[in-house]
Amino acid sequence: MASGHSNYTPSNGLTRWLDERLPIIRFANDNLLSFPTPKNLNYWYTFGAILFYCLVIQIVTGIVLAMHFVPNSALAFSSVEYIMRDVNYGWMLRYMHMNGASFFFIAVYVHMSRGLYYGSYKAPREILWILGVIIYLLMMATGFLGYTLPWSQMSLWGANVITNLLGAVLGQDFTQWLWGGFSVDNPTLQRFFSLHYLLPFVILGVSVLHVWALHHVGNNNPTGIDPKGPQDTVPLMPYYTAKYYFVITLFTIAFAVFVFFAPNLLGHADHYVEGNPLKTPTHIAPEWFLGAFYAMLRAIDFNLILDSKILGVLVMLGAIGILFIVPWLDTSRVRSANYRPVYWWCFWIFCADFAMLSWVGLQPAGTVLVQMGVAADGSPTGLNVTHLAQIGTLYYFAFFLVIMPLLGLFETPRTLPESIAQSVLKRGGAGTPAGAAAAPETRI
Amino acid sequence: MRKSIIAAAFASLAILPAAASGAEEPPHVDYSFAGVFGTFDPVQLQRGFQVYKEVCAACHSLKFVAFRNLGDAGGPHFTEAEVKALAAGYDVAAIDNETGEATTRKGLPSDHIPAPFPNEIAAKAANNGSAPPDLSLMAKAREGNASYIHAILTGYDHPVPEGVQVPEGGNYNPYFPGGVIAMPKPLSDGQVEYADASVPRTVDQYAKDVSAFLMWTAEPKMEVRKRVGFGAILFLGALSVLLYLSYRRVWRNVDH
Repeated sequence: MASGHSNYTPSNGLTRWLDERLPIIRFANDNLLSFPTPKNLNYWYTFGAILFYCLVIQIVTGIVLAMHFVPNSALAFSSVEYIMRDVNYGWMLRYMHMNGASFFFIAVYVHMSRGLYYGSYKAPREILWILGVIIYLLMMATGFLGYTLPWSQMSLWGANVITNLLGAVLGQDFTQWLWGGFSVDNPTLQRFFSLHYLLPFVILGVSVLHVWALHHVGNNNPTGIDPKGPQDTVPLMPYYTAKYYFVITLFTIAFAVFVFFAPNLLGHADHYVEGNPLKTPTHIAPEWFLGAFYAMLRAIDFNLILDSKILGVLVMLGAIGILFIVPWLDTSRVRSANYRPVYWWCFWIFCADFAMLSWVGLQPAGTVLVQMGVAADGSPTGLNVTHLAQIGTLYYFAFFLVIMPLLGLFETPRTLPESIAQSVLKRGGAGTPAGAAAAPETRI
Repeated sequence: MRKSIIAAAFASLAILPAAASGAEEPPHVDYSFAGVFGTFDPVQLQRGFQVYKEVCAACHSLKFVAFRNLGDAGGPHFTEAEVKALAAGYDVAAIDNETGEATTRKGLPSDHIPAPFPNEIAAKAANNGSAPPDLSLMAKAREGNASYIHAILTGYDHPVPEGVQVPEGGNYNPYFPGGVIAMPKPLSDGQVEYADASVPRTVDQYAKDVSAFLMWTAEPKMEVRKRVGFGAILFLGALSVLLYLSYRRVWRNVDH
């Protein structure tokens, strides 16, 4: 419905001339101004715009930070402190970049959850979803690489843990190739800096494909039913752009609270200790946004055909990989969870499960939560974070591999509304829609 | 129902509890810089610098702090003359312009505070094999921030509990992870002569002052950060009201 909706008419000789050669104004008009958008999109649907805003913040602050940062293992930590102390508003740039990463992930988790809730990955939006998962993967890689750059204790040892994980599956030769030597050292920092600068632009490129795919098939909406005509849609500009400006400002307020009043709340204190390859920290924690996957990795503390270490890495990679096939795992033809009473519960339990895993991933391994006894050496035993991680991992995979395929076969969905316009009117919206013919005779 | 689930999900994502380190929680200290309106007390920071200079500086460097920083507003705010005099009280390494030989000259405000030891090996050799860490960022590098430093400095007189082995050269301190710290008790009552006789000359007061000073060295832009933050949030708040009204106006004729 979205393709070929162009209503652009060049207004003068120059734009007509340009339109026949490079229809760039037409392209902008069709995609940024007149793009028909379902009129019932709620606030959860604004996070795509918020994510683009996050990407711009990260790229702009990052480019300026890179002007002052020194990617050298002897100087990186000092250069970050130089930014914090001597560069004009360097502290603000760095705190924006640091917290910007967290807010980027908060937004992406809301955005993905919204997709899962409203079934936005279902036909014809499979490619749209897969491109989104690729962006998410690139974001995790970029976030991890950025985490290593200040060359703090956390940076250095985080880099060690993650590269060794890959080595567990791909072998020692691979790890050494990745490091550029026999340990995480200066060559590693320099290549990680280079890649950290590169990947955001790859994200930008895939985002363009993501938006292209979106604008080709059109937005999903909270009812999950396709718009049936112009009475169901409004042009992007000014309706949704006005909403985006408002929501992005609210998002920026929340962001500003962290940047200006709690800039280090989401980070770990060890980020302010200079990296020392001879001194292993007692506890190595990933960034919170990678916590869930780290928890799943550590959940596998047993051998099953494969060694626990390799199995753990496979489970962790599988947890991300499974997202690619979600469009084919869900057998229900109803998109929106608003009309799927059982899936609704399974979805919210999944969200809680992911939040729990994210928390568990940051706790020291083996932390006892509910003490039930005392081991021979006097340490407490009982329900520990690894048990929680195991339960959480089990539900994570069950949600995708069992619940999604089976629910479509057994769940009885609620009755879907006839159209978006009808669902809107039923909710008690008053007045006559401008330029839209409501169909009161079809009201139930 | 839905809202509470969402709220719970967000809360569990946002609140990241500190990792258990096996050490006692530092007791609460009322600092002037706590809270969103808190600012540093320049007089306290000046006292804290005095404690650093007369006690801590014997072993600990402060490499990210230059003398000029001590004159910053939002910091100890020494006068320009005081900063110059302070810097001139130190000899810093230099190269002789004529001969190219290593020499020393009087410190300038642009110099960083010289370290007590020429290198880490020398620092280790003089301190039982463990080098005293740089203090510039210490207040941010530990959970508990300034109050952790205060707790360590005042935590030496606790009796050693049963089952804790304090090895030769170690000292019991319940606030240090593991309970055994290499640093011997650094402060005692009356050790530092404050110019202001009304300020108590106690370990507790010294610890408060030097920990506040180290919070400043770790976060020297805190005051301007909070100030800019207030401006930003006031502006964004007003902007969001206007944008909300325009959003409502744009949608006024659409059922949605």
